[in-house]
Amino acid sequence: MTETVIKTDKLTKRFGDFIATNGITFEVHKGEIFGFLGANGAGKTTAMRMLCGLSKPSSGSAQVAGFDVYKQTEQIKRNIGYMSQKFSLYEDLTVVENIRFFGGIYGLSNADIKTKSESLLAQLGMESEAKKLVGSLPLGWKQKLSFSVAVLHRPKIVFLDEPTGGVDPVTRRQFWNLIYAAAQDGITIFVTTHYMDEAEYCNRISIMVDGKIEALDTPRALKQRYNTTTMDDVFYQLARGAKRSE
Amino acid sequence: MEAVVVNALSKTYGQGATRAVDNVSFAVSKGELFGLIGPDGAGKTSIFRMLTTVLLPDGGSAAVDGLDIVKDYKEIRNRVGYMPGKFSLYPDLSIEENLNFFATVFNTTVEENYDLIKDIYVQIEPFKKRRAGKLSGGMKQKLALCCALIHKPSVLFLDEPTTGVDPVSRKEFWEMLRRLKEQNITIVVSTPYMDEATLCDRIALIQNGKILSIDTPANVVASYPDTLYALRSEPMFALLQAVEHYPHTRNSYAFGEYMHASFTDGVGEDEVKNYLREQGIAAVEMKKTTPTIEDCFINKLKN
Repeated sequence: MTETVIKTDKLTKRFGDFIATNGITFEVHKGEIFGFLGANGAGKTTAMRMLCGLSKPSSGSAQVAGFDVYKQTEQIKRNIGYMSQKFSLYEDLTVVENIRFFGGIYGLSNADIKTKSESLLAQLGMESEAKKLVGSLPLGWKQKLSFSVAVLHRPKIVFLDEPTGGVDPVTRRQFWNLIYAAAQDGITIFVTTHYMDEAEYCNRISIMVDGKIEALDTPRALKQRYNTTTMDDVFYQLARGAKRSE
Repeated sequence: MEAVVVNALSKTYGQGATRAVDNVSFAVSKGELFGLIGPDGAGKTSIFRMLTTVLLPDGGSAAVDGLDIVKDYKEIRNRVGYMPGKFSLYPDLSIEENLNFFATVFNTTVEENYDLIKDIYVQIEPFKKRRAGKLSGGMKQKLALCCALIHKPSVLFLDEPTTGVDPVSRKEFWEMLRRLKEQNITIVVSTPYMDEATLCDRIALIQNGKILSIDTPANVVASYPDTLYALRSEPMFALLQAVEHYPHTRNSYAFGEYMHASFTDGVGEDEVKNYLREQGIAAVEMKKTTPTIEDCFINKLKN
């Protein structure tokens, strides 16, 4: 039996009359790459914030890494990693300073931080950039570094919110190699993206429309169900009927 | 008649430390939909800013609608529409107020050129009293396009209009561009999404300030030098790694449900499958496939 690391049951968030996330129920297994897709405004960010322990649900239940999203938000935060395109690293700190800062935040010991920094820099081939300010690095390097920092404390799950926007196709694939390697290591990946080819790299994906999960399956099964050869088309068939946007 | 002519244009930052735009030349015909395709940092925005006369080049020259971007900057500003990558309308003005403002600045009225924006504007008109800052991403994008069009520009510059936008809104946006093109407006558009390249008449692939190639999307694809294969097996990660370590592999990378790979001359399906069997990967689906723009871009980046 595969271990379940995220389990939700009718998870819902209301803002006044507006139901941002409307009764979503799903499970994510250990070591899985789970793609969380939906049009802008479908409710992905709200759902993700609840799963990260940042926003209290209005109703329904969810456990993340075995902890309850109502009562155990601090434990959740210690057991997850998070990376988004909008916020990830401090531009005015050097590469090494960022690693030390986030390692400290996640409670790693100084000795641990030192050995992990070295292996991380070696793995990314960034030894000569260690003392450079993050702000001076190309976007692709920032993204790879940012992901590595998000999994530095070996979280059970890492949440990636549109991690690869704007980089070239080669760099984007290098990034996905890091994701694959982390998943091989047993870290569960929960990722949102607007690139439909990246959706194909996921073991399973869900597609949200107007606050609800309208489809959840392997990319292959979804394409069969919607009788098409591309994920782009599956997404289009599901999301074009959406009533709301951001 | 060329709408845009760019000749050895260059721009450096940090006293020459960064060559953002490096000796770039291209021409865009009147009525053409021309795409600058490349990742962040390729130099797309600097090119747009020079062509819309808000940034001075360090070298080379360019003309828009026959006018020089340095000498005739005032006249160019009347004739071009520019939608920057960053949302740059007034967030505290409503949809309607923004549109009126831009029309007035260009000495025209919304009524005068309403035909041009009608298709797009009707989609946001129900919300015309809403402040621009409170709009969704898709609605902001439509309003920005209306504001860039309201003075009936002869050339429209769109800098990454679809970045961060979901696939459905992206598709709608490109349908709007198609319709504008029919009205004989020249459009120069940039995007990091390779799949959008096929919707342009011609594209320039750009990386690190340099143009890698300029051609029609069909010709870019036709000029792909190798036989490209699509492969698939479970688990994909093992297959990716095995193919990457195969000595006869030229290029290999994940590509959606499949991975794409090309091999040295004389190495075909049988050789690859034999090698994979030795690596313990027996159940492999392998077939020839037509390269996409993304494959062509990857190939040019690696060579």
